[in-house]
Amino acid sequence: MEKKGWDGFEIGAMLRTFDGAVSDIATTLPENRPYSQSSSFTASVADWRIEKPLFNKDYCIDCQFCWVYCPDMSIISRDKKMVGIDFDHCKGCGICVQVCPTNPKSLLMFPEQKDEEAALAEWPKKDTNKAHAEEAKED
Amino acid sequence: MADTIELRDIEVWDGNMAASHALRQVQVDVVAAYPITPSTPIVENYAGFTANGYVDGEFVMTESEHGAMSCCIGAAAAGGRVATATSSQGFALMVETLYSASGMRLPIVLNVVNRAIGAPLNVNGDHSDMYMGRDSGWIQLDSYCPQEAYDLNFIAFKVSEDHDVRLPAMVHQDGFMTSHTAQGVHTLSDEAAYNFVGEYKPMNDMLDLDHPVTHGVQTEEDWHFEHKARQQHALMTAVLPKIEAAFADFEKLSGRKYNLVEKYNMEDAEVAVVCMGTSVETAREVALEMRQNGIKAGVVGIRVFRPWPLEQLAATLKDVKAIAALDRSSPHGTVGALFNEISGSLFNTDTKAVLTNYIYGLGGRDLTKAHLVSIFTDLKANADAGKPTTALQQYIGLRGPKLSFF
Repeated sequence: MEKKGWDGFEIGAMLRTFDGAVSDIATTLPENRPYSQSSSFTASVADWRIEKPLFNKDYCIDCQFCWVYCPDMSIISRDKKMVGIDFDHCKGCGICVQVCPTNPKSLLMFPEQKDEEAALAEWPKKDTNKAHAEEAKED
Repeated sequence: MADTIELRDIEVWDGNMAASHALRQVQVDVVAAYPITPSTPIVENYAGFTANGYVDGEFVMTESEHGAMSCCIGAAAAGGRVATATSSQGFALMVETLYSASGMRLPIVLNVVNRAIGAPLNVNGDHSDMYMGRDSGWIQLDSYCPQEAYDLNFIAFKVSEDHDVRLPAMVHQDGFMTSHTAQGVHTLSDEAAYNFVGEYKPMNDMLDLDHPVTHGVQTEEDWHFEHKARQQHALMTAVLPKIEAAFADFEKLSGRKYNLVEKYNMEDAEVAVVCMGTSVETAREVALEMRQNGIKAGVVGIRVFRPWPLEQLAATLKDVKAIAALDRSSPHGTVGALFNEISGSLFNTDTKAVLTNYIYGLGGRDLTKAHLVSIFTDLKANADAGKPTTALQQYIGLRGPKLSFF
Protein backbone atom coordinates (compact mmCIF):
# COMPACT_ATOMS: atom_id res chain seq x y z
CA MET A 1 0.00 0.00 0.00
CA GLU A 2 1.20 3.51 -0.82
CA LYS A 3 2.52 5.32 2.27
CA LYS A 4 0.73 8.62 2.68
CA GLY A 5 2.10 11.70 4.45
CA TRP A 6 0.47 13.10 7.59
CA ASP A 7 -1.76 15.43 5.55
CA GLY A 8 -2.92 12.63 3.22
CA PHE A 9 -5.33 11.01 5.66
CA GLU A 10 -8.88 11.75 6.57
CA ILE A 11 -8.93 12.88 10.20
CA GLY A 12 -9.45 10.62 13.18
CA ALA A 13 -7.74 7.35 12.22
CA MET A 14 -11.02 6.44 10.58
CA LEU A 15 -11.32 3.92 7.77
CA ARG A 16 -13.99 3.73 5.10
CA THR A 17 -15.25 0.30 4.17
CA PHE A 18 -16.27 1.24 0.63
CA ASP A 19 -15.15 3.62 -2.09
CA GLY A 20 -18.00 6.11 -2.44
CA ALA A 21 -21.57 5.70 -1.33
CA VAL A 22 -23.27 2.33 -1.17
CA SER A 23 -26.91 1.39 -1.00
CA ASP A 24 -28.71 -1.92 -0.69
CA ILE A 25 -25.45 -3.55 0.39
CA ALA A 26 -27.23 -6.49 2.03
CA THR A 27 -28.46 -7.82 -1.32
CA THR A 28 -25.16 -7.15 -3.13
CA LEU A 29 -22.80 -10.13 -3.26
CA PRO A 30 -19.42 -9.46 -1.59
CA GLU A 31 -17.50 -9.74 -4.88
CA ASN A 32 -19.71 -7.01 -6.35
CA ARG A 33 -19.34 -4.53 -3.47
CA PRO A 34 -16.95 -1.56 -3.91
CA TYR A 35 -14.72 -2.50 -0.97
CA SER A 36 -11.99 0.08 -0.40
CA GLN A 37 -8.30 -0.58 -0.03
CA SER A 38 -8.65 -0.05 3.72
CA SER A 39 -11.24 -2.81 4.07
CA SER A 40 -9.76 -6.14 5.12
CA PHE A 41 -11.93 -7.71 2.40
CA THR A 42 -9.32 -6.58 -0.13
CA ALA A 43 -6.36 -7.86 1.91
CA SER A 44 -5.09 -11.35 2.67
CA VAL A 45 -5.21 -11.74 6.44
CA ALA A 46 -4.61 -15.49 6.53
CA ASP A 47 -0.82 -15.78 6.67
CA TRP A 48 -0.77 -17.33 10.16
CA ARG A 49 -2.79 -20.36 8.99
CA ILE A 50 -0.83 -23.64 9.32
CA GLU A 51 -3.69 -26.04 8.61
CA LYS A 52 -6.40 -25.44 6.04
CA PRO A 53 -9.89 -26.87 5.57
CA LEU A 54 -10.53 -28.59 2.25
CA PHE A 55 -14.01 -29.23 0.83
CA ASN A 56 -15.29 -32.43 -0.77
CA LYS A 57 -18.54 -31.67 -2.57
CA ASP A 58 -19.36 -35.39 -3.06
CA TYR A 59 -20.52 -35.67 0.57
CA CYS A 60 -21.87 -32.18 1.21
CA ILE A 61 -25.61 -31.90 1.96
CA ASP A 62 -25.63 -28.05 1.87
CA CYS A 63 -26.82 -27.84 5.44
CA GLN A 64 -24.94 -24.48 5.79
CA PHE A 65 -23.64 -25.33 9.27
CA CYS A 66 -20.09 -24.37 8.23
CA TRP A 67 -21.32 -21.06 6.78
CA VAL A 68 -23.23 -20.25 9.96
CA TYR A 69 -20.41 -21.14 12.35
CA CYS A 70 -17.38 -19.74 10.49
CA PRO A 71 -16.14 -16.83 12.65
CA ASP A 72 -14.44 -15.13 9.68
CA MET A 73 -17.18 -15.41 7.04
CA SER A 74 -14.76 -17.49 4.98
CA ILE A 75 -17.25 -20.10 3.79
CA ILE A 76 -18.49 -19.07 0.36
CA SER A 77 -22.10 -20.09 -0.23
CA ARG A 78 -24.41 -19.06 -3.04
CA ASP A 79 -28.15 -19.80 -3.21
CA LYS A 80 -27.68 -21.98 -0.13
CA LYS A 81 -25.15 -24.15 -1.99
CA MET A 82 -21.66 -24.56 -0.54
CA VAL A 83 -19.18 -23.23 -3.12
CA GLY A 84 -15.81 -23.25 -1.36
CA ILE A 85 -13.53 -21.51 1.07
CA ASP A 86 -12.12 -17.98 1.04
CA PHE A 87 -8.45 -18.67 1.74
CA ASP A 88 -7.58 -14.94 1.97
CA HIS A 89 -9.54 -14.73 5.22
CA CYS A 90 -9.70 -18.28 6.63
CA LYS A 91 -7.46 -18.57 9.74
CA GLY A 92 -7.60 -22.40 9.82
CA CYS A 93 -9.48 -22.63 13.12
CA GLY A 94 -11.23 -25.87 12.09
CA ILE A 95 -14.68 -24.98 13.39
CA CYS A 96 -16.27 -25.75 9.99
CA VAL A 97 -14.84 -29.26 10.17
CA GLN A 98 -16.08 -29.75 13.73
CA VAL A 99 -19.65 -28.78 12.88
CA CYS A 100 -19.85 -30.68 9.55
CA PRO A 101 -22.48 -33.43 10.15
CA THR A 102 -21.91 -35.71 7.15
CA ASN A 103 -20.28 -39.15 7.20
CA PRO A 104 -17.55 -38.89 6.05
CA LYS A 105 -17.14 -35.19 6.73
CA SER A 106 -17.30 -32.91 3.69
CA LEU A 107 -14.66 -30.63 5.24
CA LEU A 108 -11.35 -31.86 6.67
CA MET A 109 -8.20 -30.13 7.90
CA PHE A 110 -4.94 -30.66 5.95
CA PRO A 111 -1.46 -29.17 6.20
CA GLU A 112 -1.28 -25.77 4.51
CA GLN A 113 0.89 -27.08 1.63
CA LYS A 114 -1.29 -30.12 0.91
CA ASP A 115 -2.31 -30.52 -2.74
CA GLU A 116 -6.10 -30.40 -3.10
CA GLU A 117 -6.36 -33.27 -5.64
CA ALA A 118 -4.18 -35.50 -3.48
CA ALA A 119 -6.34 -34.67 -0.47
CA LEU A 120 -9.53 -35.57 -2.32
CA ALA A 121 -7.95 -38.82 -3.55
CA GLU A 122 -7.22 -39.97 0.01
CA TRP A 123 -10.54 -38.74 1.49
CA PRO A 124 -11.75 -41.24 4.14
CA LYS A 125 -14.66 -43.56 3.35
CA LYS A 126 -17.93 -43.73 5.26
CA ASP A 127 -17.36 -44.85 8.87
CA THR A 128 -19.82 -47.75 9.11
CA ASN A 129 -19.22 -48.30 12.83
CA LYS A 130 -20.16 -44.75 13.53
CA ALA A 131 -23.20 -45.02 11.23
CA HIS A 132 -24.42 -48.18 13.05
CA ALA A 133 -23.85 -46.57 16.42
CA GLU A 134 -25.94 -43.56 15.47
CA GLU A 135 -28.74 -45.71 14.04
CA ALA A 136 -28.76 -47.71 17.28
CA LYS A 137 -28.98 -44.50 19.28
CA GLU A 138 -31.96 -43.34 17.25
CA ASP A 139 -33.70 -46.66 17.90
CA MET B 1 -40.15 18.53 21.05
CA ALA B 2 -38.51 19.68 24.30
CA ASP B 3 -40.21 22.40 26.34
CA THR B 4 -38.34 25.68 26.69
CA ILE B 5 -37.66 27.51 29.94
CA GLU B 6 -38.34 31.24 30.22
CA LEU B 7 -35.22 32.47 31.97
CA ARG B 8 -34.94 35.83 33.70
CA ASP B 9 -32.28 38.17 32.24
CA ILE B 10 -30.22 37.51 35.35
CA GLU B 11 -30.57 34.22 37.21
CA VAL B 12 -28.92 33.41 40.54
CA TRP B 13 -26.94 30.31 39.61
CA ASP B 14 -23.87 28.57 40.85
CA GLY B 15 -21.36 27.30 38.30
CA ASN B 16 -22.92 23.85 38.18
CA MET B 17 -26.42 25.14 37.49
CA ALA B 18 -25.02 27.51 34.86
CA ALA B 19 -23.33 24.59 33.08
CA SER B 20 -26.50 22.46 33.32
CA HIS B 21 -28.58 25.14 31.65
CA ALA B 22 -25.99 25.60 28.91
CA LEU B 23 -26.14 21.86 28.16
CA ARG B 24 -29.94 21.99 28.12
CA GLN B 25 -30.03 25.03 25.85
CA VAL B 26 -27.79 23.53 23.15
CA GLN B 27 -29.95 20.35 23.17
CA VAL B 28 -27.27 17.71 23.60
CA ASP B 29 -28.17 14.38 21.96
CA VAL B 30 -26.41 12.17 24.50
CA VAL B 31 -25.22 12.96 28.03
CA ALA B 32 -23.60 9.87 29.57
CA ALA B 33 -22.47 10.46 33.12
CA TYR B 34 -21.27 9.09 36.40
CA PRO B 35 -21.62 11.75 39.10
CA ILE B 36 -18.73 12.84 41.32
CA THR B 37 -18.31 15.73 43.75
CA PRO B 38 -18.21 18.67 43.06
CA SER B 39 -19.52 18.23 39.49
CA THR B 40 -22.49 16.06 40.55
CA PRO B 41 -25.16 18.81 40.31
CA ILE B 42 -24.35 19.40 36.62
CA VAL B 43 -25.60 15.97 35.60
CA GLU B 44 -28.16 15.83 38.43
CA ASN B 45 -29.78 19.07 37.24
CA TYR B 46 -29.55 17.85 33.66
CA ALA B 47 -31.25 14.56 34.57
CA GLY B 48 -34.02 16.66 36.11
CA PHE B 49 -34.40 18.67 32.91
CA THR B 50 -34.60 15.39 30.97
CA ALA B 51 -37.20 13.88 33.31
CA ASN B 52 -39.31 17.04 33.14
CA GLY B 53 -39.40 17.21 29.35
CA TYR B 54 -36.89 19.99 28.71
CA VAL B 55 -34.47 17.76 26.82
CA ASP B 56 -35.06 15.66 23.69
CA GLY B 57 -31.75 13.79 23.96
CA GLU B 58 -30.75 10.71 25.90
CA PHE B 59 -29.40 10.67 29.43
CA VAL B 60 -27.34 7.54 30.11
CA MET B 61 -26.22 6.51 33.59
CA THR B 62 -23.02 4.50 33.36
CA GLU B 63 -21.07 2.27 35.73
CA SER B 64 -17.99 4.52 35.98
CA GLU B 65 -16.37 7.63 34.52
CA HIS B 66 -14.41 5.39 32.17
CA GLY B 67 -17.77 4.06 31.00
CA ALA B 68 -19.26 7.56 30.81
CA MET B 69 -16.57 8.87 28.48
CA SER B 70 -16.57 5.62 26.50
CA CYS B 71 -20.31 6.03 25.99
CA CYS B 72 -19.74 9.65 24.92
CA ILE B 73 -17.14 8.47 22.40
CA GLY B 74 -19.56 5.94 20.93
CA ALA B 75 -22.35 8.48 20.73
CA ALA B 76 -20.07 11.09 19.14
CA ALA B 77 -18.79 8.57 16.59
CA ALA B 78 -22.40 7.65 15.84
CA GLY B 79 -23.01 11.30 15.02
CA GLY B 80 -24.54 13.08 18.01
CA ARG B 81 -23.90 16.22 20.04
CA VAL B 82 -22.40 14.84 23.23
CA ALA B 83 -21.41 16.14 26.66
CA THR B 84 -20.70 15.08 30.23
CA ALA B 85 -19.12 16.34 33.45
CA THR B 86 -16.64 15.07 35.99
CA SER B 87 -14.02 15.95 38.60
CA SER B 88 -10.83 14.68 40.20
CA GLN B 89 -10.66 10.89 40.66
CA GLY B 90 -13.39 10.50 38.07
CA PHE B 91 -11.41 12.58 35.64
CA ALA B 92 -8.39 10.39 36.38
CA LEU B 93 -10.43 7.30 35.55
CA MET B 94 -11.46 8.93 32.27
CA VAL B 95 -7.93 9.71 31.16
CA GLU B 96 -7.42 6.69 28.91
CA THR B 97 -10.62 7.45 27.03
CA LEU B 98 -9.81 11.18 26.78
CA TYR B 99 -6.90 10.29 24.50
CA SER B 100 -9.23 8.10 22.43
CA ALA B 101 -11.74 10.94 22.02
CA SER B 102 -9.14 13.42 20.79
CA GLY B 103 -7.29 10.91 18.61
CA MET B 104 -10.58 9.87 17.01
CA ARG B 105 -11.33 13.57 16.43
CA LEU B 106 -14.70 13.46 18.19
CA PRO B 107 -16.27 16.70 19.40
CA ILE B 108 -17.33 16.10 23.01
CA VAL B 109 -17.78 18.78 25.67
CA LEU B 110 -16.58 17.80 29.13
CA ASN B 111 -17.33 20.09 32.07
CA VAL B 112 -14.51 19.58 34.55
CA VAL B 113 -15.22 20.97 37.99
CA ASN B 114 -11.64 21.16 39.22
CA ARG B 115 -10.85 19.24 42.39
CA ALA B 116 -7.77 17.89 44.12
CA ILE B 117 -6.60 14.34 43.43
CA GLY B 118 -5.84 11.99 46.35
CA ALA B 119 -4.16 10.64 48.30
CA PRO B 120 -5.07 12.03 50.74
CA LEU B 121 -8.64 12.03 49.51
CA ASN B 122 -9.99 15.56 49.18
CA VAL B 123 -13.18 16.89 47.61
CA ASN B 124 -12.16 20.55 47.37
CA GLY B 125 -10.93 22.62 44.52
CA ASP B 126 -7.46 22.75 43.05
CA HIS B 127 -6.15 22.33 39.52
CA SER B 128 -4.64 18.83 39.72
CA ASP B 129 -7.26 17.30 37.40
CA MET B 130 -7.05 20.14 34.89
CA TYR B 131 -3.27 19.74 34.76
CA MET B 132 -3.61 15.99 34.31
CA GLY B 133 -5.58 16.62 31.13
CA ARG B 134 -3.11 18.94 29.49
CA ASP B 135 -1.41 16.38 27.22
CA SER B 136 -4.65 14.59 26.30
CA GLY B 137 -5.26 16.48 23.06
CA TRP B 138 -8.39 18.29 24.29
CA ILE B 139 -9.12 21.99 24.06
CA GLN B 140 -9.14 23.37 27.64
CA LEU B 141 -11.10 26.53 28.44
CA ASP B 142 -10.95 27.96 31.95
CA SER B 143 -13.69 29.94 33.69
CA TYR B 144 -13.25 32.08 36.78
CA CYS B 145 -16.92 32.45 37.85
CA PRO B 146 -20.40 30.97 37.12
CA GLN B 147 -21.08 33.45 34.32
CA GLU B 148 -18.01 32.27 32.46
CA ALA B 149 -18.79 28.61 33.11
CA TYR B 150 -22.11 29.27 31.34
CA ASP B 151 -20.68 31.27 28.44
CA LEU B 152 -17.68 29.05 27.76
CA ASN B 153 -19.90 26.01 27.27
CA PHE B 154 -21.37 27.66 24.16
CA ILE B 155 -17.88 28.50 22.91
CA ALA B 156 -16.78 24.93 23.56
CA PHE B 157 -19.58 23.36 21.49
CA LYS B 158 -19.16 25.83 18.65
CA VAL B 159 -15.40 25.36 18.33
CA SER B 160 -15.26 21.66 19.08
CA GLU B 161 -17.92 20.75 16.49
CA ASP B 162 -16.43 22.93 13.73
CA HIS B 163 -15.41 20.62 10.88
CA ASP B 164 -11.99 22.31 10.67
CA VAL B 165 -11.43 21.46 14.34
CA ARG B 166 -13.27 18.26 15.36
CA LEU B 167 -11.49 18.08 18.72
CA PRO B 168 -13.10 17.59 22.13
CA ALA B 169 -13.18 20.47 24.60
CA MET B 170 -13.15 20.81 28.37
CA VAL B 171 -14.74 23.70 30.22
CA HIS B 172 -13.08 24.08 33.61
CA GLN B 173 -14.46 25.75 36.72
CA ASP B 174 -13.10 25.72 40.28
CA GLY B 175 -14.69 23.13 42.55
CA PHE B 176 -16.98 24.76 45.14
CA MET B 177 -15.51 28.25 44.67
CA THR B 178 -17.27 28.47 41.31
CA SER B 179 -19.38 25.32 41.19
CA HIS B 180 -21.25 25.92 44.45
CA THR B 181 -21.11 29.71 44.74
CA ALA B 182 -24.32 31.32 43.50
CA GLN B 183 -23.91 34.59 41.63
CA GLY B 184 -25.94 36.63 39.18
CA VAL B 185 -25.58 35.07 35.74
CA HIS B 186 -26.73 36.95 32.63
CA THR B 187 -28.64 34.43 30.54
CA LEU B 188 -29.33 33.87 26.87
CA SER B 189 -32.80 32.83 25.78
CA ASP B 190 -33.10 29.16 24.85
CA GLU B 191 -33.49 30.16 21.21
CA ALA B 192 -30.53 32.55 21.14
CA ALA B 193 -28.27 30.05 22.91
CA TYR B 194 -29.22 27.22 20.53
CA ASN B 195 -28.84 29.38 17.46
CA PHE B 196 -25.39 30.55 18.56
CA VAL B 197 -24.12 26.97 18.62
CA GLY B 198 -26.35 25.88 15.74
CA GLU B 199 -27.66 22.54 14.61
CA TYR B 200 -25.17 19.71 14.97
CA LYS B 201 -23.50 18.86 11.66
CA PRO B 202 -22.33 15.24 11.65
CA MET B 203 -19.02 14.22 10.07
CA ASN B 204 -17.91 10.64 9.33
CA ASP B 205 -20.80 9.47 11.49
CA MET B 206 -21.49 5.78 11.88
CA LEU B 207 -25.22 6.35 11.38
CA ASP B 208 -24.54 7.48 7.79
CA LEU B 209 -25.31 3.99 6.48
CA ASP B 210 -24.44 4.87 2.89
CA HIS B 211 -20.84 5.56 3.97
CA PRO B 212 -19.87 2.86 6.48
CA VAL B 213 -16.81 3.77 8.58
CA THR B 214 -14.59 2.07 11.13
CA HIS B 215 -13.71 4.32 14.08
CA GLY B 216 -10.94 3.65 16.59
CA VAL B 217 -8.50 1.76 14.40
CA GLN B 218 -5.05 0.45 15.35
CA THR B 219 -1.91 1.93 13.78
CA GLU B 220 1.67 0.91 14.48
CA GLU B 221 5.01 2.57 13.68
CA ASP B 222 4.13 2.86 10.00
CA TRP B 223 1.04 5.10 10.44
CA HIS B 224 0.70 6.25 14.07
CA PHE B 225 3.17 9.15 13.88
CA GLU B 226 1.36 10.70 10.90
CA HIS B 227 -2.04 10.51 12.61
CA LYS B 228 -0.69 12.16 15.77
CA ALA B 229 0.98 14.88 13.66
CA ARG B 230 -2.31 15.59 11.92
CA GLN B 231 -4.06 15.91 15.28
CA GLN B 232 -1.38 18.27 16.61
CA HIS B 233 -1.55 20.32 13.39
CA ALA B 234 -5.28 20.92 13.89
CA LEU B 235 -4.82 21.75 17.56
CA MET B 236 -1.97 24.16 16.84
CA THR B 237 -3.28 25.94 13.73
CA ALA B 238 -7.08 25.71 13.59
CA VAL B 239 -8.23 26.03 17.18
CA LEU B 240 -7.06 29.43 18.43
CA PRO B 241 -8.41 31.33 15.38
CA LYS B 242 -11.74 29.49 15.72
CA ILE B 243 -11.92 30.33 19.43
CA GLU B 244 -11.21 33.99 18.67
CA ALA B 245 -13.94 34.01 16.02
CA ALA B 246 -16.37 32.37 18.44
CA PHE B 247 -15.44 34.94 21.13
CA ALA B 248 -16.15 37.75 18.63
CA ASP B 249 -19.54 36.26 17.66
CA PHE B 250 -20.37 35.76 21.32
CA GLU B 251 -19.53 39.36 22.15
CA LYS B 252 -21.95 40.49 19.42
CA LEU B 253 -24.66 38.29 20.92
CA SER B 254 -24.11 38.89 24.64
CA GLY B 255 -21.88 41.93 25.02
CA ARG B 256 -19.45 39.84 27.03
CA LYS B 257 -15.91 39.79 25.67
CA TYR B 258 -13.44 36.96 26.14
CA ASN B 259 -9.78 36.69 25.11
CA LEU B 260 -7.30 33.83 24.73
CA VAL B 261 -5.23 35.57 27.39
CA GLU B 262 -7.14 37.85 29.77
CA LYS B 263 -5.27 41.03 30.74
CA TYR B 264 -6.10 43.19 33.71
CA ASN B 265 -4.19 46.46 34.25
CA MET B 266 -1.43 45.16 32.02
CA GLU B 267 -0.97 48.29 29.82
CA ASP B 268 1.77 49.75 32.05
CA ALA B 269 2.32 46.85 34.44
CA GLU B 270 5.79 46.43 35.91
CA VAL B 271 4.92 43.28 37.86
CA ALA B 272 2.34 40.64 36.97
CA VAL B 273 0.71 37.58 38.43
CA VAL B 274 -0.31 34.83 35.98
CA CYS B 275 -2.96 32.43 37.26
CA MET B 276 -6.18 30.58 36.48
CA GLY B 277 -9.64 30.02 37.93
CA THR B 278 -11.14 32.00 40.80
CA SER B 279 -7.67 33.22 41.83
CA VAL B 280 -7.76 35.60 38.87
CA GLU B 281 -10.59 37.57 40.47
CA THR B 282 -8.82 37.83 43.84
CA ALA B 283 -5.56 38.82 42.16
CA ARG B 284 -7.33 41.55 40.16
CA GLU B 285 -8.66 43.12 43.35
CA VAL B 286 -5.26 43.00 45.04
CA ALA B 287 -3.49 44.41 41.97
CA LEU B 288 -5.73 47.49 42.13
CA GLU B 289 -4.86 47.93 45.81
CA MET B 290 -1.14 47.52 45.05
CA ARG B 291 -1.45 50.30 42.50
CA GLN B 292 -2.70 52.63 45.23
CA ASN B 293 0.58 51.85 47.01
CA GLY B 294 2.61 52.79 43.96
CA ILE B 295 3.29 49.29 42.59
CA LYS B 296 2.32 48.99 38.95
CA ALA B 297 0.65 45.59 39.30
CA GLY B 298 -1.23 43.65 36.66
CA VAL B 299 -2.90 40.26 36.34
CA VAL B 300 -2.90 37.79 33.47
CA GLY B 301 -5.58 35.10 33.38
CA ILE B 302 -5.16 32.05 31.17
CA ARG B 303 -8.49 31.59 29.39
CA VAL B 304 -7.31 28.90 26.96
CA PHE B 305 -4.94 26.46 28.66
CA ARG B 306 -4.79 24.13 25.65
CA PRO B 307 -3.83 24.86 22.98
CA TRP B 308 -1.38 27.07 24.86
CA PRO B 309 -1.51 30.67 23.55
CA LEU B 310 2.30 30.97 23.40
CA GLU B 311 2.56 34.01 21.14
CA GLN B 312 -0.28 35.91 22.80
CA LEU B 313 1.22 35.31 26.25
CA ALA B 314 4.70 36.39 25.14
CA ALA B 315 3.24 39.61 23.72
CA THR B 316 1.28 40.24 26.93
CA LEU B 317 4.35 39.87 29.14
CA LYS B 318 7.01 41.48 26.94
CA ASP B 319 7.38 44.72 28.92
CA VAL B 320 6.93 43.31 32.42
CA LYS B 321 9.93 43.24 34.79
CA ALA B 322 8.83 40.54 37.23
CA ILE B 323 6.29 37.75 36.83
CA ALA B 324 4.82 35.24 39.29
CA ALA B 325 3.43 31.99 37.92
CA LEU B 326 0.78 30.69 40.34
CA ASP B 327 0.22 26.94 40.15
CA ARG B 328 -2.67 25.33 42.04
CA SER B 329 -1.35 21.78 41.59
CA SER B 330 1.57 20.01 43.16
CA PRO B 331 4.20 19.75 40.42
CA HIS B 332 5.62 16.58 41.99
CA GLY B 333 9.28 16.82 41.13
CA THR B 334 9.70 19.96 39.05
CA VAL B 335 8.54 23.56 38.80
CA GLY B 336 4.86 24.33 38.28
CA ALA B 337 3.30 23.84 34.85
CA LEU B 338 2.52 27.53 34.41
CA PHE B 339 6.13 28.39 35.33
CA ASN B 340 7.31 26.03 32.59
CA GLU B 341 4.77 27.27 30.04
CA ILE B 342 5.63 30.92 30.68
CA SER B 343 9.37 30.17 30.59
CA GLY B 344 8.90 28.40 27.27
CA SER B 345 6.87 31.29 25.93
CA LEU B 346 9.44 33.95 26.88
CA PHE B 347 12.78 32.16 26.57
CA ASN B 348 13.56 33.11 22.97
CA THR B 349 12.22 36.65 23.27
CA ASP B 350 14.01 39.87 24.26
CA THR B 351 12.30 40.10 27.63
CA LYS B 352 14.53 40.03 30.68
CA ALA B 353 11.66 39.55 33.10
CA VAL B 354 12.35 37.75 36.37
CA LEU B 355 10.06 34.73 36.66
CA THR B 356 9.22 32.99 39.94
CA ASN B 357 6.78 30.25 40.87
CA TYR B 358 4.26 29.93 43.70
CA ILE B 359 2.48 26.71 44.62
CA TYR B 360 -0.79 27.56 46.38
CA GLY B 361 -4.28 26.47 47.29
CA LEU B 362 -3.86 22.69 47.22
CA GLY B 363 -6.95 20.77 48.34
CA GLY B 364 -9.07 23.91 48.53
CA ARG B 365 -6.75 25.96 50.79
CA ASP B 366 -7.77 29.61 50.38
CA LEU B 367 -5.60 32.03 48.46
CA THR B 368 -6.11 35.18 50.53
CA LYS B 369 -5.57 38.79 49.62
CA ALA B 370 -2.70 38.85 52.16
CA HIS B 371 -0.99 36.06 50.21
CA LEU B 372 -1.29 38.03 47.01
CA VAL B 373 0.03 41.19 48.68
CA SER B 374 3.15 39.24 49.70
CA ILE B 375 3.53 37.88 46.16
CA PHE B 376 3.26 41.35 44.60
CA THR B 377 5.72 42.65 47.21
CA ASP B 378 8.19 39.89 46.25
CA LEU B 379 7.70 40.78 42.57
CA LYS B 380 8.41 44.45 43.21
CA ALA B 381 11.68 43.50 44.93
CA ASN B 382 12.56 41.20 42.01
CA ALA B 383 11.79 43.96 39.51
CA ASP B 384 13.96 46.47 41.38
CA ALA B 385 16.84 43.99 41.77
CA GLY B 386 16.59 42.72 38.22
CA LYS B 387 16.99 39.17 39.53
CA PRO B 388 15.12 36.79 41.84
CA THR B 389 15.29 37.86 45.48
CA THR B 390 13.49 34.70 46.56
CA ALA B 391 13.72 31.02 45.75
CA LEU B 392 12.33 30.19 42.29
CA GLN B 393 9.59 27.99 43.70
CA GLN B 394 7.83 28.93 46.94
CA TYR B 395 4.83 27.56 48.75
CA ILE B 396 2.24 30.07 49.84
CA GLY B 397 -0.47 29.47 52.45
CA LEU B 398 1.35 26.37 53.77
CA ARG B 399 1.57 25.83 57.54
CA GLY B 400 4.89 25.04 59.22
CA PRO B 401 8.40 26.08 58.20
CA LYS B 402 8.74 27.99 54.96
CA LEU B 403 9.15 25.60 52.01
CA SER B 404 10.89 26.58 48.81
CA PHE B 405 13.09 25.08 46.09
CA PHE B 406 15.77 26.19 43.63
